This record gives sequence, structure tokens and C-alpha cells, in this order.
Amino acid sequence: MNIGGNTAENHPISMKWIEHARENKGAKLIVVDPRISRTAAVADLHVPIRPGTNVAYLGGMINYILRNNLYHEEYVVNYTNASFLVNEDFTWDDNTGLFSGVQDNPARNAKGYNQATWQYQKDEEGNILKDPDMQDPNCVLQVMKKFYAKYSLDNISKVTGCPKDVLEESYKLFASTGQPGKAGNMMYAMGITQFTHGAQSVRSVAVPQLLLGNIGIPGGGVNAQRGQANVQGACDMGMLYHIVTGYMPTPQQGAHPTLEAYTASTPGGYWANRPKFMASMLKAWWPNARLDQAYQYLPKLDGTDHSHIASYKLMGEGEVKGLICWADNPAVSGPTAGSKRSYQAKLDWLVSVDLFENETAAFWKEDGVNPEEIQTEVFMLPGASGYEKDGTKTNSGRWIQWTYKAQDPPGDAKTDLWIADKLFKALRAEYEAGGVLPEPITKMNWDYGDEADAHQVAMEINGYDATKGRNALFTSFGQLKDDGTTACGSWIYTGFYSNPADPACMRRIKETQGVGSNSNWSWAWPLNRRIVYNRGATDPSGKPWNPAIPLFRWDGTTWQRNDVPDFNAAILPEESAKNAFIMTAEGHARLFTTGLNDAPIPIHYEPAESPVANLLYPKATYNPVSQRFYKDHTVETDEERARYPYIISTYRVTEHYQSGIMTRNMPWLNEAMPELFIEISEELAEEQGIKNGDTVTIESKRLFKDGEQSGIVAKACITKRLKPMVINGDKKHVVGMPWHWGFMGMNKGAICNDLAPSVGDPNTTIPEYKAFLCNIRKGGKTA
Amino acid sequence: MTKSILIDPSKCMACRGCQVSCKQWNQLPAEDTKFTGSYENPPSLSTNTWMKITFKEVEDSNGRVKWFFGNQRCMHCTDAGCMISCPAGAIYHTESGSVAIDEKKCIGCNYCVANCPFQAVSFDRATNLPFKCTFCLDRTSNGLKPACATACPTGAITFGERKDMVSAASSRVNQLKSAGNPNAMIYGLEEVNGTGMLYVLADNPEYYGLPADPQVPFGARLWGALFKPFRILVIFAVGLGLWANRSHVKQIEEAKKAQKST
Repeated sequence: MNIGGNTAENHPISMKWIEHARENKGAKLIVVDPRISRTAAVADLHVPIRPGTNVAYLGGMINYILRNNLYHEEYVVNYTNASFLVNEDFTWDDNTGLFSGVQDNPARNAKGYNQATWQYQKDEEGNILKDPDMQDPNCVLQVMKKFYAKYSLDNISKVTGCPKDVLEESYKLFASTGQPGKAGNMMYAMGITQFTHGAQSVRSVAVPQLLLGNIGIPGGGVNAQRGQANVQGACDMGMLYHIVTGYMPTPQQGAHPTLEAYTASTPGGYWANRPKFMASMLKAWWPNARLDQAYQYLPKLDGTDHSHIASYKLMGEGEVKGLICWADNPAVSGPTAGSKRSYQAKLDWLVSVDLFENETAAFWKEDGVNPEEIQTEVFMLPGASGYEKDGTKTNSGRWIQWTYKAQDPPGDAKTDLWIADKLFKALRAEYEAGGVLPEPITKMNWDYGDEADAHQVAMEINGYDATKGRNALFTSFGQLKDDGTTACGSWIYTGFYSNPADPACMRRIKETQGVGSNSNWSWAWPLNRRIVYNRGATDPSGKPWNPAIPLFRWDGTTWQRNDVPDFNAAILPEESAKNAFIMTAEGHARLFTTGLNDAPIPIHYEPAESPVANLLYPKATYNPVSQRFYKDHTVETDEERARYPYIISTYRVTEHYQSGIMTRNMPWLNEAMPELFIEISEELAEEQGIKNGDTVTIESKRLFKDGEQSGIVAKACITKRLKPMVINGDKKHVVGMPWHWGFMGMNKGAICNDLAPSVGDPNTTIPEYKAFLCNIRKGGKTA
Repeated sequence: MTKSILIDPSKCMACRGCQVSCKQWNQLPAEDTKFTGSYENPPSLSTNTWMKITFKEVEDSNGRVKWFFGNQRCMHCTDAGCMISCPAGAIYHTESGSVAIDEKKCIGCNYCVANCPFQAVSFDRATNLPFKCTFCLDRTSNGLKPACATACPTGAITFGERKDMVSAASSRVNQLKSAGNPNAMIYGLEEVNGTGMLYVLADNPEYYGLPADPQVPFGARLWGALFKPFRILVIFAVGLGLWANRSHVKQIEEAKKAQKST
């Protein structure tokens, strides 16, 4: 199932393997998408749903699985928390869509939760109470049955606008993978995540996969298709503000002022080893400092929101003096991008590292902007493309693959490593001359050579024995210690570069026999494990669910392996089965969780801007915990809904990439996709008198200022592939447009994200690009 | 015919990697296109576009919409209208059976363009030469696959011995039929006595931008039959005619220019 993703257009190489499975294994492809995309065009079944209703659709699937007993019972009872008893006081309100423990969060002008009732029942010794028969009304499975009872085919058809027979056909087909021995795969992308309920959408993908026993098995899984070739690698290296390397949380000044306090917050499960990983990271970065001292050098969160939207808001308030945009073009890619460009005028300086002059760097050149009023100093650093540098890319299967430079970068263009190296050395020289708190910079390890060497960096990331030096490389994070004798940049990478003479990440050996793990093709974190949580691949006694594809098999004395075990292989299978999901404290996968801020079970909320009420929870609308940043920013009233009556979703096309600055400078790609367009159904075009190829103006509340409405222009693409949706009996129009265009480069067009609202998910702050409201008018001036 | 390119649109996702790789390998400049309401671009084959993906939306009587992706280019016909009508004998079948143009023999008469049942040959006024898909003769004669087949990520374009391509196409047609496509067929086996391009089609050829019943124009046959024995004379006559015509065309263009400037 492809849901909230468009593999053919945005991940075409993945499509090769989908086609392979269809041709050789009889696989079926279901595509859930509001329109017929190029992926849906080749699918066995297309399921059109209204943008923003993924949780309702998947909740309907959960209900269908539970009602019809289609779940993989042995898997569910042994490997998930379905049998765990939940606090008797846990409840929810079917009217308001609020869970027990709700409270006001005035600081964020939203709701929040005291999660005291979202806990398991425990005995006096702290053991979780369970009902292996899963009949207790408080057990997770029964709670879910009750919770999802209203996610019936009738109701979900009304909410999503998808015909009931198509819904049922898709549920039936996908739920058939719950039979032991079958595999179902869910691939998703930004059409699942970019919502004010994005984290709940992701959970609603994971829950059916757990119920069907599709996690940890060959061919199964929840497969996120990342938006960039190396986003996975960037996350692994701690590029996000809320995590450092290897998914350890960024320390908070208030809660974790000392390393001791940070260590005290260590969770259970395999994460109990976190102090070793943190100590090793600190040792790698500040080898000559004591661990507690090094911890003080590590930047900490101060309680201010440092997410993308919030950071730009602070910029607009004059709080941010400088900005480095490294291969980033938020002036096109950020929500409410027009405001972002205006905020940049408050910066003292801006550095842009890119292949071309992008819109973020050239914000002062935009039509209607007076450069004389802008004092921001802009520095342009020409970057090297992926083919012009050595290094690794990590894919969403967590394979770390070394790639080699094919040619030198042109002119003055330099690799990222070269730029980072020179920047750091210049900063260090400044701080050595004096400054506030110089030690984190002056004492930081930076021994990668006069011209920084990617191989030396790789060795530091891999980890080594600090008492012996960089060449004493580790092969497993099991070797890391919390006493300052080991160094490791990112613990999950230990082993990828442990043999400099023949690094695992450079291996390219195809499997000739086996189950398709291809264990000698590059290296996958952690420990070259290809499928995580793979204890789920066999039953508790160690028998593979699918004997034809045995990832593991217990032969009575030992495990026959086709992958690296994600469980303790030294104990009996029945014992390791009790801890199949080793990263969780309870050792079981969480159908019900305390891990998120907004709900313990995925619940349907409307997007922040929606033309309809929440049919499942009449007094609820959008996610009550979601993040709002600006007043009077989204459509809230019926009068506004009349002014902006159409649902709009934004997406990408094969021919262009992200903010377009690479592809809009490629003539052959411009030839294939020459202009910004908006996809409109034949019905809406008829209502508005719009003809194919006409210029139209698109308006949103973000472009309404001082009583004046402005809009962006695009060409109309009138199509049969998009149909009006009938939501609870009312016809609603859906339109969609790609967001690759901007005012720089060879191929110029309006910036689609000028329309999008700056609202965010309460867990991740990801903006809601995939469903908001707009109006369309025929005509308009092209820029 | 010994070699074929097999197109399987049921595996094609219209990424247009083939379209771009064709331009890259043959170093064809990009055209200045406009968005006119479809993903399809450039609008037609031209001297700088030798192959392209077509996009067609079809709604059946049940309201089910399908989006068909075709692969349009020179079909490398056995009964080739261009070759038959070429008075100079500049168009020929290569060893593998593909249709090639010998630029040195070409006299620029444009008859090949007029007599192609697939509108796959384009005439360049600047060089007075026709252009079309070459079957990547420069690659295939050196053991490489055509650029389009090399770029295709999903296996929708494959290249090989014709007999292997035919047998792959047959089994794919059976798969498509059992998957609920009663009209599934191989295109290029019978059409114009077989084409170097083979297609596995799930439905009506016209949905893929292909004529349902391609025919070499009768005029082309007549022309070919009548004048083949007198080829030298024909070349001379046509050449003379074109030469005369060219100066005439030039006069008209100059007159037009003069009109515009006033």
C-alpha cells in the first residue's frame, strides 16, 4: 500500500522493486491518494480520499481488522501490548475527541495532557497486568475495539469521500496480509506526515501493520520514503533540533543541567545503554575534557521552540541575527514562504550554500522588494553536487552507501566538508583570540587533516577506543562504555567503517542465494541488520511464519540466520519472544502509547483548515494540541470558508526536485515541465468557466493583508484524475499543485508555499502543507 | 528483423527518464515549451525530440478513470513508408532490422516525413535533413542497450533479440489478460509487417498514441513502384525541383518579413 506518498513520481527507483514484486511475486499495489497520480495510474486499486483524512481511512482499516478478526492473533498477543491492561480511568469523549487528562496549555494557546491515566495497570512489584485472552475490557485490544467502533465503513466513507465499496475492497485486500506467512508493506511519505496530526497519521500506519503481523518480517514494514536522498543520514547525525546523534534527545537546560541529570532520564529497554552512547559522543567531540565538562559544552534547549516555523517567527521578531542556509531554500519550501522572505530582511547576515543562487539568497531581488531598504548582507558559497564529492548517503532502509567523486566541482565550488572545515577553523581562530564561552569551540576535536578527509570523519563516527587512538576502531556499539574510554560520533553507525582497508559501507556484493537480505551490499545500521524488530519474523518457538522466506529458524539448538538478530540470540526463543521489540521498555510494540503529546491511540482530527466539521467527533475540529504560531492566520469562520471554499494539497512531480533550484536550471527538465500548474477537476473548471491551460489565480488567507486579497498565478491543468468529493452528502472540490517554482533560475513561477499555513504538529512541528483551503479565480497576471 | 525494443506501458510510470536520456545521448537541445494543460511535453516529435511519452486520460462507462502512458517514436517498420517513398534510397534497414537514414544520400525531399504512418519523422529546414529515433545504432552496434532502455528504472523498456522480446511480450499479455484486461495485445507483430518497436498494450492502441491500423499510404507504394527503376533521374528531378522551390520559398519568406516590418 502506497498511502500519502507518490513513489512513481518522487521515488522512481523504489518503483522498480514494486514492479518486481508485482511481476514475480503476485503482489498487488493499492494507492491511497486524493487524485490519480502517476503511481495510482499503475496501481491495482486506487482509493481516493479527501486530503487530511488518512487517520480516518486507516482507523477504518483498524476497525475492519478488529471487527472481522483479521488480525494475526499469535503475533499480536505475543509481540504487541494488545493484552496489556490500561488504567481503568483512561477514557475519551466521543463528542469532543479529547482523552482523559486534558488540560489547558495557555502558553501555547492549545490543549495538553496529563498522561496519568494513559498508563498500564501494574501490580505491587511494578509488573504490567495482562490478559493473554485479550477479553478484559481494559486490555489494549478491547479498548481499541471500543474506540474504533465508530470508524465504520459508512462513517469513513462520509468522512473521506471514498465510495464504500472501494474502501471495503482496499481494507479486505490489505487485511489479507494478516494471514501468517503473508506480508504487507506500507510505504508513506509527506502525504502522511505534513499535517497538524502528522505523528498520529504515522502511528495509524504502524498500528494496522502490527495488528497484521507485518513488522519485522521480509517484505513487510512501515516504510517511510524520505524527501531527500540523504535525509535519513542527516537525521542519524543529529541535524534536527530535538535530537543529537543516534536519536538521543537534545539535553534541556531545565531538566538536564548536568550529565548526571541527563543520565537519570534514561529510559528502559535497549535504551538503558544510552549513557554509554552519550559518553562516547562527548568523548569523540571533546576528547580532552572530562565527560561532565564536555556535557556542559553541548548546547541545550532553553525552553524556546527551535523548530523551523518558530525559528523564522523569531527572525521576524528581530531575535535572530544570522542564518546559514546550507542546501536549503526555505524562501520556497517553508510554509507561508512570503512572510519568511520578508523576515529575512531583519537579519544582519545570511549565508547560502547551494549549487545555484536560490530564492532564499536572492530574497532582496524579488519583484516588489526594494533592495535599498534591506541591510542584510548575503554571502554566497557555491557548493558541490553529490557527484562531485566523496562520502556516504544513507537511504530509508538505513543502508549507508559510500559514493565516489566522479569529477571535480566547477570553478570555485567546494564540497560541504571543505566548507565546514574552513568555517570551523576560522571560528576557532576567532575564539582563540577571545570571546564569550570559547571552550566548546576551542576544545572541540577537529583532527581531520589540513584538508579535511571524509575517511577520518567516517572513522570518528564509527567509534574507537579512546585510550588507543582513532585507528583502534570498534565493530559494535556493544563495545562502547560510559567511563570516557570510548569515542563514537553516532553509536548506531558503529561497524560501518570498522575496517579502513575494506569499509563495509563500500561493499557491493549481490546475494546469490538467501532471502533477499543482501547483507554484503553496503552496510545497514544498526550492526548491518536489514530488518529491525526481526524477532517478529518467527513465532515464539522460532518457526518462521513464512517457511519459504525464513529470515530466522530455530533448529532446536541455535538460530539459522539470514539477517542479524534484533534480539538476544543467546537465549531460548521462547525467552527472546517476551522482548521482541527490544527498544521499548516493555519489550512489546505499542498499539497504545504514552509517547506522543496528543493521543495514545490515533484519532481523526480535521486539518487546521477544513471545509467540513469533524463527523466522528462533532465538537472537535482540528488537533486541539497542535501548534499555532500566528493569530488570525487560518480559516476559522463560515464566512471565511465561503471565501476559500476549495481544499488544496501540494506535492511534487518527477521532473523537478524540491524547491526546484537544481532542476529548474536543467533545460531538458524544463522542457518536460515548463510551468507551474494547478490540477482542477473538470467539474470545478466548468463551474468557474476555466479552460485547460488558462491562467488562474489562487488565493489563501495567508495572502489576505489589510483588507486586500492577493494571490499567486498558475496554469490550469483540467483533469479527469481529480474528482469532487462527496463529504457527508456535500460536494467538495479538491485541487492540487506542485511547489517547485520560484523567481530564480531558468524557469520561473510563483511560489506555491506562499499559500500554506504556518501551523504544526504538536510532536514534530511539521507544517500542514497537504490540506488547507484556497479560492481560485480565472485570470491573473503572470509574473 | 533480429533486434527489438519492447515497451511495456503497464510498467511505465511516465517518469520520462527515457525522454531525457534520449536527448542527453543524442545531444538534442531542449525545446522552449509551454504548459498547455497536460503533462505531455514537447507537444509533438520534432527534429530535436525523437521520442516522447504521451499522456492520455480515459474515463470508462463506469466512471473509472485510467491514465495511459505511451511511448512515441519511429517504429522501425518492416514495411516502412519512409523507405518506400524515399526516391534517393537514403533510407535503409540495418542488419538488426531497424530503419536508418543515410544523411549523405538524402536529397531533402521530405517524402519520408509525409509518408510515415506514425508521424515519427521530422524534417529540419536548416539542414534539409529528416530526423528520428535511430534505434541508438551507435550504442547497439557497440554492445550497449539504447539510451532509453538504459535509463528506464522499472523495466518498461527492454532491448534484445526479437524472438526473446516476442516471447516476453506474449507471457506479459497473458498476465495482463488474467489480471482483467481482455483487450491486452502485442502491437508491432502484424502492423506494417512487423515493427522493430514492440508494445505490450493493456487496451486500445489509440490510448497509447498509436494508430489502431497503421497503413503505408498508397501514394508511397505507387511512387516507390513507379520510380524505383529511374532512381537516378528521380533524384536529379526532385533535386532540381527542390532547388527551384527553395528559392521560391525564400522569396515568400522575404516578402513576409518585408510585410511585417512595414
